[in-house]
Amino acid sequence: MWQYILCKKAPHSPPPGFHHHASTITSTAMSPSHRSHVPFMVYDFCICCILSPLLCLVFCGEECCLGRLTGHGKTPKDAASVRATHPIPAACGIYYFEVKIVSKGRDGYMGIGLSAQGVNMNRLPGWDKHSYGYHGDDGHSFCSSGTGQPYGPTFTTGDVIGCCVNLINNTCFYTKNGHSLGIAFTDLPPNLYPTVGLQTPGEVVDANFGQHPFVFDIEDYMREWRTKIQAQIDRFPIGDREGEWQTMIQKMVSSYLVHHGYCATAEAFARSTDQTVLEELASIKNRQRIQKLVLAGRMGEAIETTQQLYPSLLERNPNLLFALKVRQFIEMVNGTDSEVRCLGGHSPKSQDSYPVSPRSFSSPSMSPSHGMNIHSLATSKGSSTHFSGYESSCSNGVISNKAHQSYCHSKHQSTSLNVPELNNINVSRSQQANSYSSNDVDMETEHYSNGVAETSSNGFLNEVDSSQLRRQLCGGSQAAIERMIHFGRELQAMSEQLRRECGKNTANKKMLKDAFSLLAYSDPWSSPVGNQLDPIQREPVCSVLNSAILETHNLPKQPPLALAMGQASQCLGLMARSGIGSCAFATVEDYLH
Amino acid sequence: MALLSRSRYTQEYICQIFSHCCKGPDHQTILFNHGAVQNIAHLLVSTSYKVRMQALKCFSVLAFENPQVSMTLVNVLVDGELLPQIFVKMLQRDKPIEMQLTSAKCLTYMCRAGAIRTDDNCIVLKTLPCLVRMCSKERLLEERVEGAETLAYLIETDVELQRIASITDHLIAMLADYFKYPSSVSAITDIKRLDHDLKHAHELRQAAFKLYASLGANDEDIRKKIIETENMMDRIVNGLSESSIKVRLAAVRCLHSLSRSVQQLRTSFQDHAVWKPLMKVLQNAPDEILVVASSTLCNLLLEFSPSKEPILESGAVELLCSLTQSENLALRVNGIWALMNMAFQAEQKIKSDILRGLSTEQLFQLLSDSDVNVLMKTLGLLRNLLSTRPHIDHIMSSHGKQIMQAVTLILEGEHNIEVKEQTLCILANIADGTTAKELIMTNDDILQKIKYYMSHSNAKLQLAAMFCISNLVWNEEEGSQERQDKLRDMGIVDILHKLSQSSDPNLCDKAKTALQQYLA
Repeated sequence: MWQYILCKKAPHSPPPGFHHHASTITSTAMSPSHRSHVPFMVYDFCICCILSPLLCLVFCGEECCLGRLTGHGKTPKDAASVRATHPIPAACGIYYFEVKIVSKGRDGYMGIGLSAQGVNMNRLPGWDKHSYGYHGDDGHSFCSSGTGQPYGPTFTTGDVIGCCVNLINNTCFYTKNGHSLGIAFTDLPPNLYPTVGLQTPGEVVDANFGQHPFVFDIEDYMREWRTKIQAQIDRFPIGDREGEWQTMIQKMVSSYLVHHGYCATAEAFARSTDQTVLEELASIKNRQRIQKLVLAGRMGEAIETTQQLYPSLLERNPNLLFALKVRQFIEMVNGTDSEVRCLGGHSPKSQDSYPVSPRSFSSPSMSPSHGMNIHSLATSKGSSTHFSGYESSCSNGVISNKAHQSYCHSKHQSTSLNVPELNNINVSRSQQANSYSSNDVDMETEHYSNGVAETSSNGFLNEVDSSQLRRQLCGGSQAAIERMIHFGRELQAMSEQLRRECGKNTANKKMLKDAFSLLAYSDPWSSPVGNQLDPIQREPVCSVLNSAILETHNLPKQPPLALAMGQASQCLGLMARSGIGSCAFATVEDYLH
Repeated sequence: MALLSRSRYTQEYICQIFSHCCKGPDHQTILFNHGAVQNIAHLLVSTSYKVRMQALKCFSVLAFENPQVSMTLVNVLVDGELLPQIFVKMLQRDKPIEMQLTSAKCLTYMCRAGAIRTDDNCIVLKTLPCLVRMCSKERLLEERVEGAETLAYLIETDVELQRIASITDHLIAMLADYFKYPSSVSAITDIKRLDHDLKHAHELRQAAFKLYASLGANDEDIRKKIIETENMMDRIVNGLSESSIKVRLAAVRCLHSLSRSVQQLRTSFQDHAVWKPLMKVLQNAPDEILVVASSTLCNLLLEFSPSKEPILESGAVELLCSLTQSENLALRVNGIWALMNMAFQAEQKIKSDILRGLSTEQLFQLLSDSDVNVLMKTLGLLRNLLSTRPHIDHIMSSHGKQIMQAVTLILEGEHNIEVKEQTLCILANIADGTTAKELIMTNDDILQKIKYYMSHSNAKLQLAAMFCISNLVWNEEEGSQERQDKLRDMGIVDILHKLSQSSDPNLCDKAKTALQQYLA
């Protein structure tokens, strides 16, 4: 006979000794917050017992702090095991749980181990096929067999026995009171369940799946394997021939620089590595020009420039043109597009053609014509040589609140920047958000955030929201609003035409609907669709346009570097699904600094 | 020392110089007195790995067998962290092996020097498992040697640590692998590897023997597990006759540790005729080997050991007697100890052989030895020689005069209670002889001394003196009446009456029994 006693942490919960008599209770999943804390062992926090006549149990949920089992049997027939609700996922790499022997009962016939689905639960783990166990009475290990092998010491009341499954090399070892006892099983099959079996009366054990600190230093063990896997990656043999690998890496870097239009850096890099740049310098600069316009929200100009420089591109890509126009509409609402900006009259210089900076002391890096001043990815992060005026702070580390505010006041009537210190990326963005004078945007930093520093851009989002609250539709000018409405009608017409010519396009339809929805709110910026106005939304459009231009030059749509990263991530995902444990200790992010 | 604040290369090299030059306690003290601990401690958190590593090595050299340095180290703070905590961090499994191993050494030395308790978690849960990992097959041969030696040192005197190590990661089986170099495969296929293996083979074997010796030092179950390891006894026997002194020494140590098991003495030691190579080792070996080997021999000569007979036959008496003349104290102790064991319940011939081999002069020499341990074992030998009546009479008839002289000398000298007790026990044995009794009865000086000890403040000595009296006054033996009378005249009966009222039940019983002899 068996009973399962549950103890809960919460004071209102049933007292220890509360018995479940229901036949089966299924488990609920762990909360994600728990998961992040103990990522590898939470799966089996909930224990489920599937014993038929003898009592059944199960418990789960965060409140459970103790899984307690009590044995009542007398003969081997009375043995029974409980097993976790979920198998150990291979993707966790290393899995560990501990069992405290509260009482060894009459004879201490206790088994701790693993079993596959379908194994007889009325027997101690280890006795049957696909079942593995370490038994307390003789200290033997049972590997799918009725006869054990001498393995470790016996265990009894007060001992804490741990079981660690290494899914990288498919082995298992046990621990006793925090001491590793050495490998017990090798060549384990996948999808095993943690299992505990008891046999004689009075046997009581508590299971710990990570809800309490472990006695054994499993973290240290994981550290070792993480180091091993990473060393394996680092030492992976590359390229048969000397220099081949080097050349390939250089090509990847070069193509990345070209793709994103860092022409001076690309040029310098090509020079120092004896590479040829695949695209003409002028072409890179053209793309960069268009990208800057898009990122500055000046869509009208961007479209015009594109049409000038690549005459047939948008004609051949009506969907792209449509997407650009929709974005233009959004920028009109935002008050940033050139067509409404001149009407708003906020920035007399708005018609000035890019790239000439409106102010003499603005960042020298703004001027791509002075090619040498364009930052490379690396220098834009650390260099401080451009701190000549506060506007150039976009390429520098930190800017003081005071300097920034004074700048904003001179430009804009309703600046409300309350962030005392912003890093370079944030600063460049806030300037975009707060003023029309988007000339100040530093191309390089923009792309830096675009490429990798995803988190910092997201973090910034909140800052922008607060400052956008006081903004007015189309910059507050009536003429601009009218222009915007008119443009909207044109857009609607274009959409209908597109549908006639190319058939239904749900993506386009949704895009347009979302954009028009902005007008339904008195304050579009804080509306549910307000995120469209966020400058960060310019990035996907910018990237699509850039790729389209590159395609016309027979260059890859995506830089090989990004492609390789994507493939690596996919590969890890595939490993996780196919049960290759080492993927738990490798992430692409580890290699991006 | 003053240069330690310079560049990190300077720091690295200075630490290296210190750790290479510091040999022995004198050097440690010099470095310590010049502030080495404080000056080097902060280098443990240097940004340069090489500096950290060299600083760590320095500490391992400074702390070795040095309580003063070790006690200081446990309390040193670096960046708000105690030094042991920093060492524990360096033990983490993701650190380079060299760093793990060296920090484990530091903690081991601090522990052995008494600065860290053996039950401290940093020893039990960190240092010990780390050292066991260093013994694993995955490690380089050099690391395995160092790991095993350090672990042997860590657990040498603590049975709890021995127990934990014995169950950790199948250490005992893991060590068996140390004997598999050079492997037969490498001999044929790979000359370079063979060379490498050969170079380390001796080191590996001696390290394994050392660790087995420590593991089996105290716990019978562990000894059993060690001996059950594949070919263990054969390996030890082979080790005893290896050319390398280091291996031979370690093998003898291992054998010594295992010889503490009564069961093993009776079984596997006998099966493998371990005594043979052991006796061979004892011939012309350097002192350090002799000390351990003779100590092992002591155990093999215990009366329940089946090896006792063949060892005697192979000329052990002569060998042991020569050991008692050694300059080396440990050898003198072991020699006389072995003789004492040998004499226990031995036959007449052996006893005579011992006495003849030792010579009376040497016996007196040993009785005046400055070391109390030698004295005690010599008295023990005498006591074992003087047991069973025929033996007593036989030995006393030939050496009575000298022995009585020796006894008098010791009872008159400045000795501790144990020595005097042992001496009185010898007298009691003599008093048990038939003819030997007379040597006491005719010696008034001795009788006065016995009387004196009957009233001594120490109950043990009183009891021992009572044994003498009891034997002397025992009825049914020739001349008992005369002896009783003489002792009564000396006032012994009065003392017996007094003692029969004693609160000590042993004394009281013994006194009553003696008084009864008078009544009969």
